[in-house]
Amino acid sequence: MSSIIHGAGAATALSTFNPVDSKKLVSPSRTNLSVRSQRYIVAGSDASKKKKSFGSGLRVGHSQKLIANAAVATKEADTSASTGHELLLFEALQEGLEEEMDRDANVCVMGEDVGHYGGSYKVTKGLADKFGDLRVLDTPICENAFTGMGIGAAMTGLRPVIEGMNMGFLLLAFNQISNNCGMLHYTSGGQFTIPVVIRGPGGVGRQLGAEHSQRLESYFQSIPGIQMVACSTPYNAKGLMKAAIRSENPVILFEHVLLYNLKEKIPDEEYICNLEEAEMVRPGEHITILTYSRMRYHVMQAAKTLVNKGYDPEVIDIRSLKPFDLHTIGNSVKKTHRVLIVEECMRTGGIGASLTAAINENFHDYLDAPVVCLSSQDVPTPYAGTLEEWTVVQPAQIVTAVEQLCQ
Amino acid sequence: NTSKLKQEPLSTHHHPCSCRSSSIFHLAKKSVFSQIGKTKKMTLRLRSSSWKSNLLKILRHNHGFGSASHAARHLRQKPPHEPTLRVSQNPISRFCNTMSEKLSSIGEHEDANTQVMDFPGGKVAFTPEIQFISESSKERVPCYRVLDDNGQLITNSQFVQVSEEVAVKIYSNMVTLQIMDNIFYEAQRQGRLSFYATAIGEEAINIASAAALSPEDVIFPQYREPGVLLWRGFTLQEFANQCFGNKSDYGKGRQMPVHYGSNKLNYFTVSATIATQIPNAVGAAYSLKMDRKDACAVTYFGDGGTSEGDFHAAMNFAAVMEAPVLFICRNNGWAISTPTSDQFRSDGIVVKGRAYGIRSIRVDGNDALAMYSAVHSAREMAIKEHRPILIEALTYRVGHHSTSDDSTRYRSADEIEWWNKARNPLSRFRTWIESNGWWSDEEESDLRSRVKKEMLEALRVAEKTEKPNLKDMFSDVYDVPPSNLREQERLVRQTIKSHPQDYPSDVPL
Repeated sequence: MSSIIHGAGAATALSTFNPVDSKKLVSPSRTNLSVRSQRYIVAGSDASKKKKSFGSGLRVGHSQKLIANAAVATKEADTSASTGHELLLFEALQEGLEEEMDRDANVCVMGEDVGHYGGSYKVTKGLADKFGDLRVLDTPICENAFTGMGIGAAMTGLRPVIEGMNMGFLLLAFNQISNNCGMLHYTSGGQFTIPVVIRGPGGVGRQLGAEHSQRLESYFQSIPGIQMVACSTPYNAKGLMKAAIRSENPVILFEHVLLYNLKEKIPDEEYICNLEEAEMVRPGEHITILTYSRMRYHVMQAAKTLVNKGYDPEVIDIRSLKPFDLHTIGNSVKKTHRVLIVEECMRTGGIGASLTAAINENFHDYLDAPVVCLSSQDVPTPYAGTLEEWTVVQPAQIVTAVEQLCQ
Repeated sequence: NTSKLKQEPLSTHHHPCSCRSSSIFHLAKKSVFSQIGKTKKMTLRLRSSSWKSNLLKILRHNHGFGSASHAARHLRQKPPHEPTLRVSQNPISRFCNTMSEKLSSIGEHEDANTQVMDFPGGKVAFTPEIQFISESSKERVPCYRVLDDNGQLITNSQFVQVSEEVAVKIYSNMVTLQIMDNIFYEAQRQGRLSFYATAIGEEAINIASAAALSPEDVIFPQYREPGVLLWRGFTLQEFANQCFGNKSDYGKGRQMPVHYGSNKLNYFTVSATIATQIPNAVGAAYSLKMDRKDACAVTYFGDGGTSEGDFHAAMNFAAVMEAPVLFICRNNGWAISTPTSDQFRSDGIVVKGRAYGIRSIRVDGNDALAMYSAVHSAREMAIKEHRPILIEALTYRVGHHSTSDDSTRYRSADEIEWWNKARNPLSRFRTWIESNGWWSDEEESDLRSRVKKEMLEALRVAEKTEKPNLKDMFSDVYDVPPSNLREQERLVRQTIKSHPQDYPSDVPL
């Protein structure tokens, strides 16, 4: 086994058996999510309609046919299959960004090569021609400076979307993100809001080298005051982009280098995704598999094998990395009693480590087995393709881990 | 008369053009010039081979462009409100791009003696002499001042006139700031305050610069500029509330003293990290430029702050983005215990402006009139011409770095005393306003006793006011407290309930 299986005793047979209390089994997560998204919309209804973002709360007033996304799996549950349009994930991000820029003149983009070059991953393609050089701003190479610029602009009423060409470069912007972005709303006593979106591709790609294969969500997760979300499909990419732009809090949107060319049909009508909600990818009974971003696809591939072997895994794309959607996760744990976390972060101090702690703390009584976490090793990502492959959790390992957990 | 302020002329590129207009130029010429003619109402003298350079000059003059391709990109921008320039985008941008290509190919036609290197940004002449640019110029950049050491107006000095009302307000605010600083400092020494940092010696920079700005200009301070807030109307009570962290503090008691902030007065909350406010200011300037406001961003920092990477990157960005921002450096000689000789080896900060393509000036920071004039002119240039300006104000940090510092450990008490007496900004300005008949000893003592009384009252009230509620520990982290924070608050309250004797009595639940 290459990647490390978290949790002692994973190989031993599971002895304890908790009698299933039928009262404790809750209705499927989908209903609960829709109730919560209702609450989400209501939370914003008394928001101020001022143009300047000094007020708090979500401005929901403008959009006409706003569909709050509850839990929508990828293709199967798409009820508007006939009227949607197909596009790639980076196009979905671009569509979301463009719609928000059309809707609100304060939304602007800044980053390296985002203007006429269209962005290194083409997410901002065509925007500079449409909105002009000021709203889609090409910056010199200094991540701390343009992140700082975005924060200053946000404090004066703009809603910048700051692009890091690669998430790893945002390490240079850590000072601004932690000290100013995360803190100023608090230390100013709520006088200044910082509605920025910081986004960019991260994760292990195809032989991009150690510096360009980092998982920044590990490092940012402690910063108070910021929200973190990770998109994985064109549908949630567009929805999360729009929600992040509309949020009054600073949001870091993690994209993955290898997911930009995913194709999916998405609805024509406007929709946003809830920033704090997880996505139910595949309901099941035997085990809860928590994952996000690219690992979702490895998990789903493993799920196919598992189904053939007679297992019924419940796959949840946690999407919201900070804060965790413990409601959805908790309901799932209460149902299946076994948890496997599959992530791309390194074993030490990653999202999986925090999630393991949170689940153990909150749902210990519902667990039949220790929480198992599959992560990458604590090594810089090697350049050699074969080695790189072994630093990332592969479907075969997921299958093995499930089999061991479900013994 | 500030219009005569000396300014180096923009360099123009003169090159004999041996390549006659090609057909594309003829085609574009007509439509391009008629368009420009309509909007700018200019008559263009079209001498055959130099009309290209004329067009470049026009573009540069009107829009401050450095190069034609740069011009092309800006001509493509769509302003959010109705545009004042109605220029047909595509023909000109295409024309300018073509022109820059043509211009860059001109050099190849020259003979060996007048060869130039065409390079992005303009022509570069060659020289057969091996010459290194010296690390320093023979003379230091001169410092602009209007009042001499004794507060007398220097003959033939150029400055912006101030009315009696404004001058008296400037002086009164300087006195108020001085008294406020002294009383807060003493309060900390007496144990009534936890911490304080004075701006003693830098009153002129604080007040005079604020006086030259408009209330819409957004301020990004470091932490030694409370005078700017004072000028804008922050009351002594409000200062005291922040220092005591009581429930009337706009910051809700979350920050240490002197970390003021007021969105009402466009003064952004002080963030303790050095120089991080500088890129923030550039972003704000960019925002103001996008909204076409008649305002600029202003940021302050010390000599030490200029060593931070953020300073350099922000200056560079501001120049490239053509952002209306004023960079005001308070060169007060010390960064805690580090003297400027250990901070940088350049001739102060003013020379760094040119390195980034930013217009700069060195000013006597203890001369209120000079500060006022410099900031006033800089602001005008920044807003009208969409450019950043760097102002280095030479001054001296008379006080300690903060109440956690004893500066006599690294500098002589004589040096401090000399600057406090011989170069005192208040006494110099006072001499000048008294010479105009605008101030008197009686008004001085009246003002001082009034301010002192007000300060002591403010201290008393602030000390007695209760602290913010415990819930403010958890609010404003996000717009709405998320479930994990609500849970954590619940846990804290639970702990307090079981150990009430350990909880401070003056923090309400």
